[in-house]
Amino acid sequence: MDGLARSPGYDVARIREDFPILGKEIRGKKLVFLDSGASAQKPRQVIQAMTRCMEEAYANVHRGAYHLSEVATGAYEAARGAAARFLGTPDAREVVFTRNSTEAINLVARSYGGGVLKPGDAVLTSEMEHHANLVPWQMLRDAEGIELRFIRVTDAGELDMEDYAAKLADGRVKLVAVTHMSNVLGTVTPAQRIARMAHEAGAVVLFDGSQAAVHRHVDVRAIDADFYVFTGHKLYGPTGIGVLYGKLPLLDAMPPMLGGGDMIASVTLERSTWAEVPAKHEAGTPAIVEAVGLHAAIDYVNAIGFPALEAHERALTEHAMARFSAIEGVTVLGRAQDRGGVFSFALDNAHAHDLSTLLDRVGIAVRAGRHCAEPLHARFGMEAGTCRASFGLYTTLGEIDFLADALVEARRFFRV
Amino acid sequence: MIMFDDLRDLYQEVILDHGRKPRNFRRLEDADRSARGDNPMCGDRMELFLKLTPDGAIGDAAFQGRGCAISMASASLMTEVIKGKAPEAAQALGAKFRDLAMTGTCPECGADIADEMERLQPLSGVHEFPSRVKCATLAWHTLNAALAGAKEASSE
Repeated sequence: MDGLARSPGYDVARIREDFPILGKEIRGKKLVFLDSGASAQKPRQVIQAMTRCMEEAYANVHRGAYHLSEVATGAYEAARGAAARFLGTPDAREVVFTRNSTEAINLVARSYGGGVLKPGDAVLTSEMEHHANLVPWQMLRDAEGIELRFIRVTDAGELDMEDYAAKLADGRVKLVAVTHMSNVLGTVTPAQRIARMAHEAGAVVLFDGSQAAVHRHVDVRAIDADFYVFTGHKLYGPTGIGVLYGKLPLLDAMPPMLGGGDMIASVTLERSTWAEVPAKHEAGTPAIVEAVGLHAAIDYVNAIGFPALEAHERALTEHAMARFSAIEGVTVLGRAQDRGGVFSFALDNAHAHDLSTLLDRVGIAVRAGRHCAEPLHARFGMEAGTCRASFGLYTTLGEIDFLADALVEARRFFRV
Repeated sequence: MIMFDDLRDLYQEVILDHGRKPRNFRRLEDADRSARGDNPMCGDRMELFLKLTPDGAIGDAAFQGRGCAISMASASLMTEVIKGKAPEAAQALGAKFRDLAMTGTCPECGADIADEMERLQPLSGVHEFPSRVKCATLAWHTLNAALAGAKEASSE
């Protein structure tokens, strides 16, 4: 696999050396990992930071007055500070650690949706959401009598902004919840414009940044996002840790979703009072080691820097679009003006699962199915599913070429 | 040079042929029994129709649906081999087929079902692909559901 990405100043070969798994053979084949959109591989820096935390600096946080607990608390809160800076807020109190993006969205749906929105209010999401940004709102609708609306998606795979304006027009939408980057189409949505229109209509806005935070520099202040969520494991960090960013007054107004230790100010047998934000929204012992791992992942990504990451991804995306589009019988979903390194595609003579079994045989890991976005697949007439190749900072042009060659051969294989 | 030749055991010509042109791929309007089969993980979906004879045997079997080559081929082959069988015999055959799909062999399959097992043999390759076994068994789960009078079956 030569053909390393030709982005100036970006040494992908060097970066790949940081990821132990990329040097391994999987069932005798060199791994071509094109499923980073589902979960990314981990650099040694993250693995070592987590090991070091457990070997040298581990205790429960926010409890003990002994030295080791103070060290662990310091590391956990330092991770919060890193996540805050990563998102562009100077106030670490605006970062709540969750288990993942899904839990972060559920927290907003339950606490803001259930505690602040009123029956008759509407929540506006879109046709291109991951189920994580759809199902919690359906649950809120059913529990609280809140109307749920959807922004249409154009044939190119972009949000229909005219439809968005129309759905906001009656002033009943109080919360807009949309993706910042589609996990199926690769579309990057115009977050700043979405937020401005939501605010003008009297709504707050939540962005699902699960994909975007990996591929683009995010600045929640510049976007003027009210809520922004992302997850550690897609950002080269560990599983079990995610982030909910929320503007302080909003997090303050939200009742806690879970009760327990660490989220209280005082407790009697009769009643309790809540701790300050963000502790109020973090009941129980948090994911301490995972927070340390997330901190290391953020440091790792920052050390490469988003200008370089974005340039590398642009090179990969342009190359992939050119190669895949040129293969007879391959349909690529999503032709958005602003799109990133996520490619869902179908082969005209093979089902996605049959295709992924073939690709797996030569070491290529892609996702097959509907990628937790059934309504979007239905929107594009792809109910049977697609295969998805999603890129990471370690992806090479050579890997894209290898996949493209394999697609040509797979189509030949299925032609009896 | 990328070659997939070692996957011909899984995707034999019979499988690709039945996957592309499934037999008995239609709705039976006068079906006595029917059930839907669903594999929610991968989106495979089928509806099976059975017409029973006066003495209770499976007189006709047909299906409609969508899915991968393996699930479609398995449903196609199943509708062929269960025709004329008593429900109990069809279910017993299904149990043996699941053994075949999971292990690649069926040492306990007797001479009485030798012909049927030979027809189903091309699907035995799935045993090397744990995530694909359920593609091959979905049709048989759906058959059990239809014979039991249930409306839904899932391979999960």
